[in-house]
Amino acid sequence: MVSEQHMAVLPMSRPIIQVSSIRKTYGSTVAVADVSLEVSEGEIFGLIGPNGAGKTTTMECVEGVRRPDSGNISVLGLDPFRDIYKLQNRIGVQLQQAQLQKRIKVWEAVDLWASLYSHPVDGDQLLEQLGLANKRDAWFMTLSGGQKQRLFIALALINDPEVVFLDELTTGLDPQSRRAIWELVRGIRDRGKTVFMTTHLMEEAERLCDRVAIIEHGKIIDIGSPAELVGRHCPKRTVVLATRDAFAEERLRTIPLAETVTSRDSRFTIQGRGDDFVTEVIQCLSENRIRVTDFRTELPNLEDVFLKLTGHSIRD
Amino acid sequence: MFHGLWKLTWLEIKIFLREPLGAFGSVFFPVLVFVVAGRMLGGRLSPVSGPVAGFVRVGLPVLASILIALSGVLSLVTIISIYREGGILKRLRATPLRPQTILTAHVLVKLTLTVVTMMLMVLAGKRYYPIHVDVPVFGFAMALLISTWSILSIGFLIASIVPTARFAQPIGAAILYPMIALCGLFVPLESLPPTAHVLARLLPLTYAVSLLQGIWKNEAWSAHVGDVLALIVVFAICTALSAKVFRWE
Repeated sequence: MVSEQHMAVLPMSRPIIQVSSIRKTYGSTVAVADVSLEVSEGEIFGLIGPNGAGKTTTMECVEGVRRPDSGNISVLGLDPFRDIYKLQNRIGVQLQQAQLQKRIKVWEAVDLWASLYSHPVDGDQLLEQLGLANKRDAWFMTLSGGQKQRLFIALALINDPEVVFLDELTTGLDPQSRRAIWELVRGIRDRGKTVFMTTHLMEEAERLCDRVAIIEHGKIIDIGSPAELVGRHCPKRTVVLATRDAFAEERLRTIPLAETVTSRDSRFTIQGRGDDFVTEVIQCLSENRIRVTDFRTELPNLEDVFLKLTGHSIRD
Repeated sequence: MFHGLWKLTWLEIKIFLREPLGAFGSVFFPVLVFVVAGRMLGGRLSPVSGPVAGFVRVGLPVLASILIALSGVLSLVTIISIYREGGILKRLRATPLRPQTILTAHVLVKLTLTVVTMMLMVLAGKRYYPIHVDVPVFGFAMALLISTWSILSIGFLIASIVPTARFAQPIGAAILYPMIALCGLFVPLESLPPTAHVLARLLPLTYAVSLLQGIWKNEAWSAHVGDVLALIVVFAICTALSAKVFRWE
């Protein structure tokens, strides 16, 4: 029993993917300048950054679709270029902007993919899990964007892979389909698989990823869990409240962790840092019996981290 | 090495037949034209003598075969470029499917369709063209297979180079169809001006026509070893070149 528990914890720290100092250029364009990262077993790892930052190129190098100009990559202990056919049996890939034959039927695609691998899972069961059972006989061209992505996830999972690569999985999908896909990805991780994904949606990264690497201009800026990154780069917390108490400003200024207090009409914005800051604000309000009609905390997110690190918003 | 080849080939045939006009345009339409032309001309052909009859007897079937092979090649060029532009090739490449397998599957699809069309043509021909020639059907099928395979490799080379699917068909046609004028079908090679003669000798279609005409006329294969070799050389060169310049996306 003890050793089993031990085993359950240990693999989390074992790197499944190791990338060291890879570089990839197309003519004079540097797609990836210098990227190093490690992905551990059983985690959802996200590569986040704006379009053109080098996310897809990095991922395609790891998948063995592209060969980096320099640097080393190891996936499951294999070299993605030399051992590509051995590796392909153990990884699942969903590519950005990939398509299938317009008139291929859903079951035919799954059947073809299943025939290519040595230990495929049951295709019909997979379609059932991904909510595509009723689309079994539909042509690929008749599927909606969300259904196509779910089919691509099915194809990426058909060989029961140890690592799944998902590139911009939810781009172009409506919020509802997006949420459904997030659930699916969490499900993949919960079955013990490692997920390596890219996204330019900060909300997606924040909700889905255990750890993220921020990439810009082909370089990794920082790596950590979303909470770590926020704590490291944007430790400031903000409380916004509304009160008609005449002494409020004076009292709020006595909060030890508060750095700035600004007011406009009867709304106050208090900024401070540290985990106890919000508690201190609440204590101050209750000790001084300040009546508030509104109270709201603004916590920084990955979007703010990105802005802080790069000086511009990810959408620019 | 060719794991998944049969499944992919069968799948691509099914997908092709689902295209609007897919089966009709490539298989039934040529046969239909053949039959209609046969009905209109059939009764009047036999009395004709001289060069016209010679063309009808040998040139026409060979021309028909070549046209069918070329349309197969053009359709291959188009499909490959659509697959590349749409990211389908890229998606297939990220599976254990070998590149050669994907390309071979498409060649097999086109060969199958060419063979089916030719068989229907021969059946229709027996019925409507009262030309009593003892045609070696099997030998001719073999000759057509070799010719088509070789011309398909030119198609690959074109498919490797054309930038987008929109240009695939016109560029392919512009390269392939002019070859018909010089291939010896309409004008005997010997009566061509010297430069055109040299050019014709460089075109693979010339050898295909020579082989097909010879076999149709019941000549021995030993008389056409040179043609077969030339077609194999074309195949080898084009395959090697396209392997070098082929882009998957």
